[in-house]
Amino acid sequence: MLAEIALFPKTASTIAGDIDSLYFFIIGVTVAISTVTALVLVYFTIRYHRKRPDEVPKPIHGSLALELTWTLIPLVIVLIMFGWSVKLYFRILVAPEDAVEIYVTGRQWMWKVQHPEGQREILGYLPSSVEGVPDPGSEMHVPVGVPVKLILTSEDVIHSFYVPDFRLKQDAVPGRYTTLWFQATKPGRYRMFCAEYCGTNHSKMGGWIVAQEQSEFQQWLSSKADRSLALKGRAQFLKQQCISCHTGDADARAPVLEGIYNQKRQMADGSTVIADEAYLRESIVNPRARIAAGFQPIMPPYQGQLSEEELLELIAYLKSLKRGDIPPRNEETPPPAVKPDALPEPNKP
Amino acid sequence: MSTVAYSPPKAEPIPVAGDYGPETRVDYINCAWGVRSWLLTVDHKRIALLYLFAITAMFFLGGAFAVLIRIELLTPKSDLFEPDTYNRMFTMHGIVMTFFFLIPGVPSVLGNFLLPIMLGAKDLAFPKLNLASWYIYILGCLLTLAGIIWGGIDTGWTFYTPYSTRSAHTSVMPVAVGVLVLGFSSILTALNFIVTTHTMRAPGLTWFKLPLFVWSSYATSLVVMLGTPVITTTLVLVAVERFAGVGIFDPKAGGDPVLFQHLFWFYSHPAVYIMILPAMGVISELVTAFSRKTIFGYQFVAFASMAIAVFGFLVWGHHMFVSGQSPYASTIFSLISYVVAIPSAVKVFNWTATLYKGSISWATPMLYAIGFIGLFTIGGLTGLVLASPPVDVHVTDTYFVVAHFHYVMVGGTIMAYMGGLHYWWPKMTGRMYPEGWAKAAALLVFFGFNLTFFPQFLVGYAGMNRRYASYVDEFQVLNVLSTAGASILGFGFLLPFGYFGWSLRYAKAAGPNPWGATGLEWTTESPPPPHNFEVTPTVTLPPYEYATHN
Repeated sequence: MLAEIALFPKTASTIAGDIDSLYFFIIGVTVAISTVTALVLVYFTIRYHRKRPDEVPKPIHGSLALELTWTLIPLVIVLIMFGWSVKLYFRILVAPEDAVEIYVTGRQWMWKVQHPEGQREILGYLPSSVEGVPDPGSEMHVPVGVPVKLILTSEDVIHSFYVPDFRLKQDAVPGRYTTLWFQATKPGRYRMFCAEYCGTNHSKMGGWIVAQEQSEFQQWLSSKADRSLALKGRAQFLKQQCISCHTGDADARAPVLEGIYNQKRQMADGSTVIADEAYLRESIVNPRARIAAGFQPIMPPYQGQLSEEELLELIAYLKSLKRGDIPPRNEETPPPAVKPDALPEPNKP
Repeated sequence: MSTVAYSPPKAEPIPVAGDYGPETRVDYINCAWGVRSWLLTVDHKRIALLYLFAITAMFFLGGAFAVLIRIELLTPKSDLFEPDTYNRMFTMHGIVMTFFFLIPGVPSVLGNFLLPIMLGAKDLAFPKLNLASWYIYILGCLLTLAGIIWGGIDTGWTFYTPYSTRSAHTSVMPVAVGVLVLGFSSILTALNFIVTTHTMRAPGLTWFKLPLFVWSSYATSLVVMLGTPVITTTLVLVAVERFAGVGIFDPKAGGDPVLFQHLFWFYSHPAVYIMILPAMGVISELVTAFSRKTIFGYQFVAFASMAIAVFGFLVWGHHMFVSGQSPYASTIFSLISYVVAIPSAVKVFNWTATLYKGSISWATPMLYAIGFIGLFTIGGLTGLVLASPPVDVHVTDTYFVVAHFHYVMVGGTIMAYMGGLHYWWPKMTGRMYPEGWAKAAALLVFFGFNLTFFPQFLVGYAGMNRRYASYVDEFQVLNVLSTAGASILGFGFLLPFGYFGWSLRYAKAAGPNPWGATGLEWTTESPPPPHNFEVTPTVTLPPYEYATHN
């Protein structure tokens, strides 16, 4: 491959090669059909070029057999493309359970990256950026060889997190969480871009994904020690007085939150919902959207009162809560530590 | 009573100048003089020319923005313009070309001129409404131009929320209102076409004797009538949110930004078919006329138009595979998007089969028609890449998409529009265009177009994003090629502007039927008399019956 002319992206994630295979299949069929059509077209045009000005050829009104042939064969071809696509699509969508989670919040024109362990990084348009080139320090670290799940949102307009070498992108939509997962296959630096137009410095809202061997990644994680997201979330939990109602007692006026993450919850209207990040977020900013069975709609909405970062901290805290973790009100108990199982073992496949 | 039976042209198909001199008879151009007679006309042919002027002006305005975009992209850094200026350029290019040229282009100019004549009618069903639609179009243009001059607009032609409602500080509202007003112009024209096709066909002209251009105009009109109110409503909702602060799309106020995308694409994907269907109708006319053959599989071509019109309403979600919409919805949208490719393919195969054992002329309109079939095939087939959700995740919002829709819109719609304009120019003006110049322009357009947009497929898959004022160095070589192609393409579009103007005064007279084509429009004089026909024609034969009398 040419050094300075990019004709094809690198293949740096587990699904990149599969996307390329499907792409080449579709392109191959496309090239074959267009080439045959073009050759026939040009051949007819030359072969049957008008010889005399008063020439009138015999009419041919059509052929049902031909019509069926060129309706049904293409139909079969596109259905094969569709089937292959769906199979691959659901592989891209469903993140493995043990994925490393990283929270990414977009805003004009940067990405704020928060690792659950507390490390923070910023990608994008920084005042020090050279014109046209993302700041060299604008990096996001990920481990290779293990699945990584990004939980994306935005503070202002829609952005889109795009890594061509991974063949992946996902919109970051204000007011909701979307996810994107990948597994990097080899260490290296890969370009990251914003793909959804977002204003003045849209083309500079990018940077580098730094994929590292897991030992190196662990070292990087611990070298930039900061309070973990869950710890900050615990402070928010106390500061916002969540604990006044969510006391952790079974007969309190608000649900017990310990162990709530990813549990199936019964709603007052009879439906059930999985308590994922999106549900937890909705229950904080707009709690009356869905009422848990057995409780009154008394919680005030926190829409606009918490920043996206504070929301992420609270959610990280709720996700870390296990039975018996909620501290008694106003009592200084030791804060919950980062769960050792929040990260997969370095050598786990 | 005249009939439309076809008799092949004798030795000299083109009469010499003077035989049909404008002084010898009254036609729709010389029947009245003065600005008033044009601005207050209710003659569909004159209104078509009014549209031609307005639409040509908008085409060159949109083209000027394209030139500036391509010059900026010669180098990776944003050096010619500030990023804010560049963002306005691509937005205004998209809005002007989509709403003011591609959507109204073929129906308003060629459709307005030809539909009544092809039906053997004196005019459209509602001539005054037709004039009103032109004034509404002009009002939409003026509002949009005011917005462009007074601050510009930088939302992208898609007006995505919440950027357009909360973040953009540019003239979003004048432009959005301009687009909204324009919608009413489209609706009135569509209404006129539908009623005219139903009620004003000449004696004997049954549905399956209609020229395919009428079928595709009819299908387009149905899409316009059903789809346009949705974009109108959506733009009103944007205005309500911007001015009244009601939370519809803005999540901060309880709205849903993805809802906007559903509403927008519910119109704007069918709008793609509003742009391409009339063009397909033009190609059916050109392919038959220049091969002197009846169309291969008339009913399949006609019903393919209707199938596209119906299925085109059910695929909007394929623009939203990475927006966070339900993956199950994405799967269904993907399936229908694959299926909607079939009727387009059927058309391509039928056009190609029509040429078999024909008598093929290489006149300019035919060059455009062949160019259309080739480029539209590439545009359509690359759509199969985008209909696949996992591949689309990688290529959406990159230059791959830009290349794909330019192959369909420029390689398809504009090639057909140019082909149609050359084909019917003698009918509209009574004069032939200069064939040598026209052929040269057609070839320049074809090669310039491919050089401009083919590299964009490559740079898109390599990962270059659309709407980027600056880009990374690795992508420069392909961008330089693209800009080189654009300069050839631009020159190819300027040439007709010159020689069409020249032909009005200096070219030889065309006579009623310079191509030896069938179709009611070729049975009347060029230019046609004010009421199209001296005597109402009676139709006894299906269209494209070139060999009936042999």
